[in-house]
Amino acid sequence: METLLQQIINGLSLGAIYALIALGYTMVYGVLRLINFAHGDVYMLGAFSGYYLAHALGLDGNPSVLGAIVVTIGAMAFCAIVGMLIERFAYKPVRHHPRLTALITAIGVSLLLEYGGQVVFGATPRFFPQMIESRTYALGGVQITNQNLLIILVAVVVMFGLEFIVHRTRIGKAMRATSYNLQVAKLMGINTDRVIAFTFALGSALAAAGGVLVALAIPRIDPLMGLMTGLKAFVAAVLGGIGSIPGAMVGGVLIGLMETGLSATAYSTYRDAVAFGVLILILVVRPAGIFGSTAVEKV
Amino acid sequence: MAEPAPAYLLDVRNVSKRFGGLTAVRNVSLQVPAGTVYGLIGPNGAGKTTVFNLLTGVYAPTDGQILFDGTPIHGRRPHQIARYGITRTFQNIRLFSDMTVLENVMTAHHLRTAQNIFDAIVGTGRSHREEREMRERAMHLLSIFGLAGLADEPATSLPYGSQRRLEIARALATRPRLLLLDEPAAGMNPQEAVGLMDTIRWIRDEFSLTVLLVEHNMKVVMGICETIQVIDHGESIATGTPAEIQSNPRVIEAYLGAC
Amino acid sequence: MPVGRKLFFITLAIVALAVLDQLFERGFGDLRINPYYARIVSLAGINITLAVSLTLINGLAGQFSIGHAGFMAVGGYAGTYLTVYHGAAIASFLGGTPLEGPGSVLVMIASLAVAACAAGLAGLVVGIPSLRLRGDYLAIVTLGFGEIIRVIILNIPAVGGATGFTAALPITSFFWIFGVALLTIVVVRNIATSTFGRALGAIRTDEIAAEAMGIQTTRYKVAAFVISSALAGMAGALWGQLFANPLNPQNLNFVKSIEVIIMIVLGGLGSITGAVLGATTLTVLPEALRTFDQQFPGLRMVLYALLLILLMIYRPQGIMGRRELSFAWLRRSTRDDGPAAPAAGAGKDAADG
Repeated sequence: METLLQQIINGLSLGAIYALIALGYTMVYGVLRLINFAHGDVYMLGAFSGYYLAHALGLDGNPSVLGAIVVTIGAMAFCAIVGMLIERFAYKPVRHHPRLTALITAIGVSLLLEYGGQVVFGATPRFFPQMIESRTYALGGVQITNQNLLIILVAVVVMFGLEFIVHRTRIGKAMRATSYNLQVAKLMGINTDRVIAFTFALGSALAAAGGVLVALAIPRIDPLMGLMTGLKAFVAAVLGGIGSIPGAMVGGVLIGLMETGLSATAYSTYRDAVAFGVLILILVVRPAGIFGSTAVEKV
Repeated sequence: MAEPAPAYLLDVRNVSKRFGGLTAVRNVSLQVPAGTVYGLIGPNGAGKTTVFNLLTGVYAPTDGQILFDGTPIHGRRPHQIARYGITRTFQNIRLFSDMTVLENVMTAHHLRTAQNIFDAIVGTGRSHREEREMRERAMHLLSIFGLAGLADEPATSLPYGSQRRLEIARALATRPRLLLLDEPAAGMNPQEAVGLMDTIRWIRDEFSLTVLLVEHNMKVVMGICETIQVIDHGESIATGTPAEIQSNPRVIEAYLGAC
Repeated sequence: MPVGRKLFFITLAIVALAVLDQLFERGFGDLRINPYYARIVSLAGINITLAVSLTLINGLAGQFSIGHAGFMAVGGYAGTYLTVYHGAAIASFLGGTPLEGPGSVLVMIASLAVAACAAGLAGLVVGIPSLRLRGDYLAIVTLGFGEIIRVIILNIPAVGGATGFTAALPITSFFWIFGVALLTIVVVRNIATSTFGRALGAIRTDEIAAEAMGIQTTRYKVAAFVISSALAGMAGALWGQLFANPLNPQNLNFVKSIEVIIMIVLGGLGSITGAVLGATTLTVLPEALRTFDQQFPGLRMVLYALLLILLMIYRPQGIMGRRELSFAWLRRSTRDDGPAAPAAGAGKDAADG
């Protein structure tokens, strides 16, 4: 019973990371119908920009909560800008091209960030400074670190924040309109370019937050860290129902739970394959995902 | 055949289609006798195109039955329905845009070929023979529609009216028994529309077809349809000859109300 | 083409391949090809098979697979497994060993056949669920499939697991590499120019209209995907048995799939000639950039990535667009020296892809 609870706690914090990244995928897909392959690499950039920022501010030796917050916000701002630049210079020129062209461009951007990262940061892993003193709380027989607790907490807060933005604010309304029909939204006087830029900025900032949070818990970071995590987060978005914010959250947590669950069994070596097995299963059973609705193309 | 031939080629019985809370088509019945030109009219948004989409398998009806020559076809996939012998044109022309005029028609011939993919890979005699036949048939269809001279042009380079005619030629290449035309006269000038009427009548006789058309151009509808059915707000409100429809008060109300 | 002429061309191809095989593998007396160059030519041949086979699904059917290396891995491991564990027994039917004598031919054929079947089967399993849906799902499923394959291979000790399939025998030769490349080109070209090619083109341009014209879109997409995968599987078997220890889960990952995609995009998505051109360029180019690579490690891949993005923005139709280099085209373009015919094709690609 205790091990099960422990697995659930571990799965939740892993899943919360997937969920944070999945939110970015889901938002961009919702607005542009584009799988932003580079999104996982923005998450990697988040971790690295946090790393450099922490060093630049001399925060690496002395853990402080305030320092961690500054670093996180700095990384989020940096990645928000990177996200907007990617959209402006790579995706916008191909927005009216066939979707295949946009997809290949996204793969190109992803490769650029990965290999560019290897050239700039070096291929060997780096170690993120310990910014928050690690504490482990024991509740009964179940242990949870303060970092994992923080990850879960941030993910929940972010999800409610996003729901608020999308459903209660002006820009959120514009996002929904753009997602529904970009051309019509434009005709209705919505500045769709700005909405799309905002979507990228927001999604990238969330990915950066995920990157820093993960690095706080698991300090080892490398330029390819976003590849697998990003793909699994995408699967999480599809599982939850692409375009749905609660869906991304639930999908992320489910994938996290499944992975940690499997790690505890004899099949732990298959852990990395779980997400994709799940993906193929969803496509067979319910392509729209848990919260998604099947869109019918107008004839 | 022990069974008597069905009275209607197309027999739609109490079909409804709901999208979530919206009912696009409610309890519509439609009986099209073989060999006729049957018109389906109604104000914008009345559900005419939805009826077409139900007939061609793009949507499955929520309720009701669709019989084609006595065979139930509701819920079938579009390619299966094409195989039964129903083909359509589209309201917003959907030609294969990076193919030539000829290739568009040849592509539709594919349905009636006997070769399999291995014939094509090995290049058997059958595949070469069929390729020749397809080309000849396609050229024949193009010449009927006055497009033979444009066979090697990219399909989308044609003027609008010619693209509409090409779409009809492409539909005919599948050798349908029932041809569904979705606003064939849209975007045509009056002369082209008159020409279209002649063409529709002619192909009906030449290919022994039944034609069901949705059209806004009343001159065309009244000119060629034997029977007209009016749909408004997803419901059938009248069926009759052109003269009956023109004097039906409910129809007049529906059209005036929509203006 | 009449059967007689067909047989004539096949015989001609076999003789030419045999002569070139002798030249590249052993040389004629003093006339020898530098083994380094011979190796590059061999790799180019395998890449041509990969690129042309991917053209079938990505270029003609317009479905986007980014897991070609996964199918290559399935074929490579299956074909190599057969050679390693049953090669001697198969060779003994005709005499000799997997490496020598008439039996070696049988082993190679059996290995290729098993590779094609295994990869084709994998294509079927992956294709059926994902090809029912719109394009980008296939992208992500094929990518995930590559990952699943990698994880599975890591867990099979009989094929070497993480250390790679070190027991593989180097049975591949020039003859087989270019024999398979030629076969791939002929198969894909014959499909492309047939009624099935038009059906795939219809699916690519307008799936709804294609369905309405009676084309069984899912079935054709799956068929194209299975054939494409089977051909990639053969390329995998050739590559896996080309030299010592290439079969390694690390060598057959996402990056390899992307390389093949860059090849066909550079050459012109949908053009077989383009795929051949792209495969050759991207095999030779890295070798030419070898010193550059040593000076600035990693920068080559950065340039690839930039190349891909810039191509998509400024020339999405690649070098060839959808055109094919054929005698008819050469005749036409030399005769009316106007840009009319080719330009129409190229311009359209930019608009519709």
